Amino acid sequence: MRDTSPPPPIITLEGVEKYYGDYHALRGISAEIGQGEFFSLLGPSGCGKTTLLRAIAGFEDISQGRILLDGRDMEGVPPNKRPTNMVFQSYAIFPHLSVAENVGFGLRKSSLSAEEKKTAVGEALEMVGLGGYGTRAAHALSGGQRQRVALARALILKPKVLLLDEPLSALDKKMREQMQTELRRLQRQVGITFILVTHDQEEALIMSDRIAVMFEGEIAQLAPPQELYRRPATRRVGEFIGMMNFLPAEVQGAQGDLVEVDVAGLGRAKLAQDQCPMGAAGKASIGLRPESLTLLFDGQGAERVAAGTVDEVTYYGDMTYYDIQLDGAPGVVSVSMRNMPGRRVLERGDRADLAWDPRAMVLFC
Amino acid sequence: MGLSTRLRRAARTESARGLALVSPPLFYALLMLAAPLGTILLFSFWTQDFLTIDRTFTLDNYREALSDPLYGELLFRSLRIAGAVTVVTVLLAFPIAYFVSFHVRPDRKSLWLFLITIPFWTSYLIRVFLWRVILAFDGPVNGTLMGLGIIDEPLSWILYNANAVVITLAHAFAPFAILPIFVSLERIDRSLLEAARDLGENRVMTFLRVTLPLAMPGVLAATLIVFIPTIGDYVTPRLVGGSGGTMIANMIQTQFMRLNNAPLGSTLAVIAMLSVTVISVALILLTRRWTRGPR
Amino acid sequence: MRGGGLKTYAVIYLIFLYAPIVLLPLFAFNDGTIIAFPLQGFTTHWFAELVRTEALIEATVNSLFIAVVTAILATCFGLFAARAGTRHRFPAKAGIMGFIMLPLVLPEIIVAVSLLVAMLQVGLSPSVWTVIAGHVLICTPFAIAILNGSFANMDNSLEEAAIDLGETQLSTFRLITLPLVMPGIIASLLICFTISLDEFIIAFFLSGNEPTLPVYLWGQLRFPGRLPVIMALGTILVALSILLLITAEYFRRRGLRRAGLKDTGGFL
Repeated sequence: MRDTSPPPPIITLEGVEKYYGDYHALRGISAEIGQGEFFSLLGPSGCGKTTLLRAIAGFEDISQGRILLDGRDMEGVPPNKRPTNMVFQSYAIFPHLSVAENVGFGLRKSSLSAEEKKTAVGEALEMVGLGGYGTRAAHALSGGQRQRVALARALILKPKVLLLDEPLSALDKKMREQMQTELRRLQRQVGITFILVTHDQEEALIMSDRIAVMFEGEIAQLAPPQELYRRPATRRVGEFIGMMNFLPAEVQGAQGDLVEVDVAGLGRAKLAQDQCPMGAAGKASIGLRPESLTLLFDGQGAERVAAGTVDEVTYYGDMTYYDIQLDGAPGVVSVSMRNMPGRRVLERGDRADLAWDPRAMVLFC
Repeated sequence: MGLSTRLRRAARTESARGLALVSPPLFYALLMLAAPLGTILLFSFWTQDFLTIDRTFTLDNYREALSDPLYGELLFRSLRIAGAVTVVTVLLAFPIAYFVSFHVRPDRKSLWLFLITIPFWTSYLIRVFLWRVILAFDGPVNGTLMGLGIIDEPLSWILYNANAVVITLAHAFAPFAILPIFVSLERIDRSLLEAARDLGENRVMTFLRVTLPLAMPGVLAATLIVFIPTIGDYVTPRLVGGSGGTMIANMIQTQFMRLNNAPLGSTLAVIAMLSVTVISVALILLTRRWTRGPR
Repeated sequence: MRGGGLKTYAVIYLIFLYAPIVLLPLFAFNDGTIIAFPLQGFTTHWFAELVRTEALIEATVNSLFIAVVTAILATCFGLFAARAGTRHRFPAKAGIMGFIMLPLVLPEIIVAVSLLVAMLQVGLSPSVWTVIAGHVLICTPFAIAILNGSFANMDNSLEEAAIDLGETQLSTFRLITLPLVMPGIIASLLICFTISLDEFIIAFFLSGNEPTLPVYLWGQLRFPGRLPVIMALGTILVALSILLLITAEYFRRRGLRRAGLKDTGGFL
């Protein structure tokens, strides 16, 4: 895992604002991105994540604020003068050039000799697993190969930061999963800061050291994957990352460091302060992941148990998802159970007991 | 943030760059199109006094153009002929566009379009002249028809009148009508037609209720793109129109080159343009109403 | 309507379209002074006479000069406008682009007389240059239409990628944009050349005593005895137009292939 001491920032964003006419695309974005970090910008389409990435690359001018790259203010610095390189969503492979010419494109003005350039291109192609593809025509490549050429072409210039704009969205599912691990491995190998833009929360969780979740031009939460999943800062983040159940809850009062709440359908629970990111007062709701609720089978017992009726069963092979109507709660909660040997699958209308744990809860006001 | 930074950011905006790029052709069009059209408009309010231009503002030209039955008749004949040309051209073109879009293999489509456009790129003058040869008294049309025994004596109604103008112009503007209709037909999602069939309509009704309404923008574009230039055609009426087929453009030319009356010529040009504009706008509005309005 | 009936109709329509062009060489090689059937016999006499006509050669030189200059200027304007139209957003864009495209639908007689009046007003006398001015105006919309296709087919991020990899705006244009748009540029040059070479009305009004080929041709149509020579000239012109067109189409398709795209249609 990561060091306890944070790495020095390579990128500092200070109150970045962007307007397109009246449209407010970026609203006061401030963040520090560390040297050698795999950082993701995650959010639904139109949240401003691509605009922010393009602002860092220099393709978008910002309306206000500062972008510091390695301590240098980037205001007025054009994209070709910035120590960043980009992998485009469409990969932007030059169709009239060969693979090697594409990869070596950025070396045109470097001081390397022709021989050294050739070696560098060869090494870059090796690095992305395309050794020997140099003479191929660019338009004869498959999607995955284009992606690798785009990576090699960007990395050959040894940028301080590599920017990736939805690089995996054009690939099929299998290829995408393979490239996710490969990108992670590549990033560790070269030690360059990667900033990834994606709308796929799973992809962000798998690959990133830290993730900035963005909605409507703002960073809603910036945290490492585990924290983001376990302790979403807002209800919307919780909904966006994975699946989350919400139950109405009433705050009863504070007892020292603990907050006591009464959750509809479950009962009373005591929550720690870090489970209440938005404070604790009055009517609220608690968020609970499907896997933190457990169905009890055939006389199993637990410390806290709630009762309900099975409303819907969805069988996935390895897992079964149940919608359970808890007694005394509005709506249903989703519960996921691993299909272990000997464990039966309940049917609609069955009565069920659920074990729950207050440590998995997050309180939203 | 400093002023210079703001200015630099403003200069790099999308709009500034776009306007800078478009300015050379825009200035050219302003200089060579807007300014001359403005000059014509000015001239139409002046009068010719033998060899000099009298620059006092007057509506005399318009009065003359509107009161003299000769000009009115020429204008109406031009509109009538252009209207007939447009109807004939678009009606003839639609099945071709439909055929290429729906019945030609996708990889053959561009070959068909290429074949259709080739004649259009060859010398207009020569094409029109050849129609005079084809339609002539002793031309191949009459020759073939008489040879087959269909007619006893040469048809006289096919040359040196409005019919000849319509035939020739329908030929000249064919690709202009076919291409827009083809494009709009190509844009129709084929599953819409399957959906209509699936919902119980037969071929003909599917065509009438789905294909035709969706192709209307193309038909409208074709109509305008044929109608507008046809009004101002000069060569065809002169070569095949005879005296009954002359149009407003011939009169405009006469005013400018023969009678040396530029102001009256300008007035006729302005009136012709105005009528074209009014008719075009009316057509656009009518089609909008028909395709989008309440049923 | 079924495909079979439509196909028959399409073939008849094509015959209608090609009828005049097919007749042209028939009369050009016909050994008779009257343009009518029946044909008299084969001769190349009319072609030989073409070369001996001095006025014709002058008109040809004028036409070629006008067509070359027009093609270059119109294509340059087309590049600017197509680039702005496909890549940038700016105020009143639809209006500005529509205005530049206007000569495409404006009756040519209007363009011709208004240019004539305006030029006489500022004291320019008709010459090959005034014809060029008019031809550039009517060719630019065609250049824009062709180049629009080239620019629209080109992925936006290709240029951004080149800049991202350290190239300047200028070197990006040279290394990426130009090679990818080149087939469109060539097609545009050829089409504008062809249009200018065939254009009559504007040249008729604006050429003064420097006639172009079509203007010369128009003058000759009055003399029945000259008609076979005109047919020979027309044959050459039509053959040249078709040759240029096929070349333009070839480059357009090559451009599509280079960009790795499927063909979707012809010009316009």
